[in-house]
Amino acid sequence: MTPALSVQSLTKSFGALKVSDAITFDVAEGELHAIIGPNGAGKTTLIHQLSGSLAPDAGRIAMAGQDITRLSMPARARLGLARSFQITRILAGFTLLENVALAVQARSGSSFRFLRPVAREAALNDQAAEALVTVGLGQSARRIAGTLSHGEKRQLEIAIALAMRPKVLLLDEPLAGTGHAESARLSTLIAGLKGRLSIVLIEHDMEAVFALADRISVLVQGRVIATGTPPEIRANAGVRTAYLGEEEG
Amino acid sequence: MIGSDRAMLILLAVVAVLPPVLSALGEPFLTVILSRALIFATAALSLDLILGFGAMVSFGHAAYLGIGAYAAGILAANGLTGLEVQVPVALAAAGVFALVTGAISLRTSGVHFIMITLAFGQMAFFLMTSLSAYGGDDGQALAAPSTLFGIAVFDGAARFFYATLAVLALAWLGLRTITRSRFGRVLAGTREDPARMQAMGFSPFGYRLTAYVISGMVAALAGVLLANHAAYISPSYMSWARSGELIAMVALGGMGTLTGPVLGALAFVLAEEALAKLTTHWRLPFGAAVVLAVLFTRGGLMGALSRTRGRK
Ligand SMILES: Nc1ncnc2c1ncn2[C@@H]1O[C@H](COP(=O)(O)OP(=O)(O)OP(=O)(O)O)[C@@H](O)[C@H]1O
Ligand SMILES: [Mg+2]
Repeated sequence: MTPALSVQSLTKSFGALKVSDAITFDVAEGELHAIIGPNGAGKTTLIHQLSGSLAPDAGRIAMAGQDITRLSMPARARLGLARSFQITRILAGFTLLENVALAVQARSGSSFRFLRPVAREAALNDQAAEALVTVGLGQSARRIAGTLSHGEKRQLEIAIALAMRPKVLLLDEPLAGTGHAESARLSTLIAGLKGRLSIVLIEHDMEAVFALADRISVLVQGRVIATGTPPEIRANAGVRTAYLGEEEG
Repeated sequence: MIGSDRAMLILLAVVAVLPPVLSALGEPFLTVILSRALIFATAALSLDLILGFGAMVSFGHAAYLGIGAYAAGILAANGLTGLEVQVPVALAAAGVFALVTGAISLRTSGVHFIMITLAFGQMAFFLMTSLSAYGGDDGQALAAPSTLFGIAVFDGAARFFYATLAVLALAWLGLRTITRSRFGRVLAGTREDPARMQAMGFSPFGYRLTAYVISGMVAALAGVLLANHAAYISPSYMSWARSGELIAMVALGGMGTLTGPVLGALAFVLAEEALAKLTTHWRLPFGAAVVLAVLFTRGGLMGALSRTRGRK
């Protein structure tokens, strides 16, 4: 079966620094594929290239068989590619409901409509409210997004992504900087999404990664040194010395 | 937002009853000054669409005032005094100029955008100074006041005043509708975070350019009125200093509120008139006062107003 996301020989350099070195991996439909690696390994740079905010020097990215390497970020989003940012990006002056309703609007017909008040479009608001309930922010729909806690902003970003009804979801450290309870709630949420869409998850929390991932790719200095199921990665000697060994001391 | 609407309606109502009151007080000339303030309020309102809602700091907005004024002036000089001709021509000219210069300017952002809009504004300015048939550097008197299907709608200070008030009210209603639509929400989203909007699937460029064109066209409407108010067309309408004043009016009143820039323009024009009466050296202290007011009133006059009323 055609993979939901296919990355082939993706290469990117910043000057002399090779941040993506012939990265190749596939994400099957419904698979949660985690990317782990030490700080500076090039994980965020990989997400930027997948989402379209950064152009690779070479290589190919395909979604469900369609080459998207040259498509802009908005064009990829419209094909069903959603992402969260390592440093959350939300519309700070908007309410939570407005943030998410805009994501619904993006896939619901033309936005070159000038007359009807958007705040009264029930179809947009209802779907937005539903996404907020899914991530546990249902009570805060009328709050201004800029006033949310760090963890809540992460939840909001996921609500925005889900409201896009994506086929592929890219999550860059969704648990980083969240409190214990928020982190647990987000893990449960991500676990609940598994199987329904394909997810690329970047995360430093190894407990969460090994619990959630179907497969894991290990990125070190821009190279994928191993790809496999959690037990395979745990048993991989190369990974242990290059990465896990350092982490676990 | 409801606070902002109510403030605007009160403002329009209060301003509407002023002409007879001013006449009774023996100050009919103040009606003329007030008309000028209403024209700049319309221009500031149009700038708020791109500056306040779209975070596009255009330093060439006065060009659109000038384009509107020259459309009226050139047509009047050639015997076409009807607004039914002048307004469509002014809107089309401003629309085309905004479309072409906007398509180029919007490839840049930040300081580059400010500089390139300034450059296009100056280009329009020098184009008008080169029109020797229409007065060149000095400009020239408006051949005849504009009419509407042969009716002298601008005849007399009071009629002209109510015509400008009607244009302001219509511009406000129109922009209020647009900013609350799907389009308006996308535009405001690009102000909040363009990368987030792209990640959602929106390409900001088309929305920004559309707003830029609408904004220029509304300003051109104010320009047609300005030519009639002064009974004169002059390149000075589109000087870079005038563009700076429009930005100051919007910032002074409160960006992205529509009502605020109207308040800001009224305060600006009336204070300017009052100070000019007191002293000939009013420009420097006035400029300083505007800068301080912008720096120290969070959210401008509209922000101060909604805080005293206990609203957010
Ligand atoms: N725009 C850029 N220009 C130059 N170097 C960059 C740029 N962006 C990232 N880098 C460098 O590329 C390397 C990879 O960065 P990246 O952010 O992708 O790492 P990461 O794996 O996400 O790290 P972390 O776990 O800390 O988030 C780092 O050495 C970083 O300094
Ligand atoms: Mg990173």
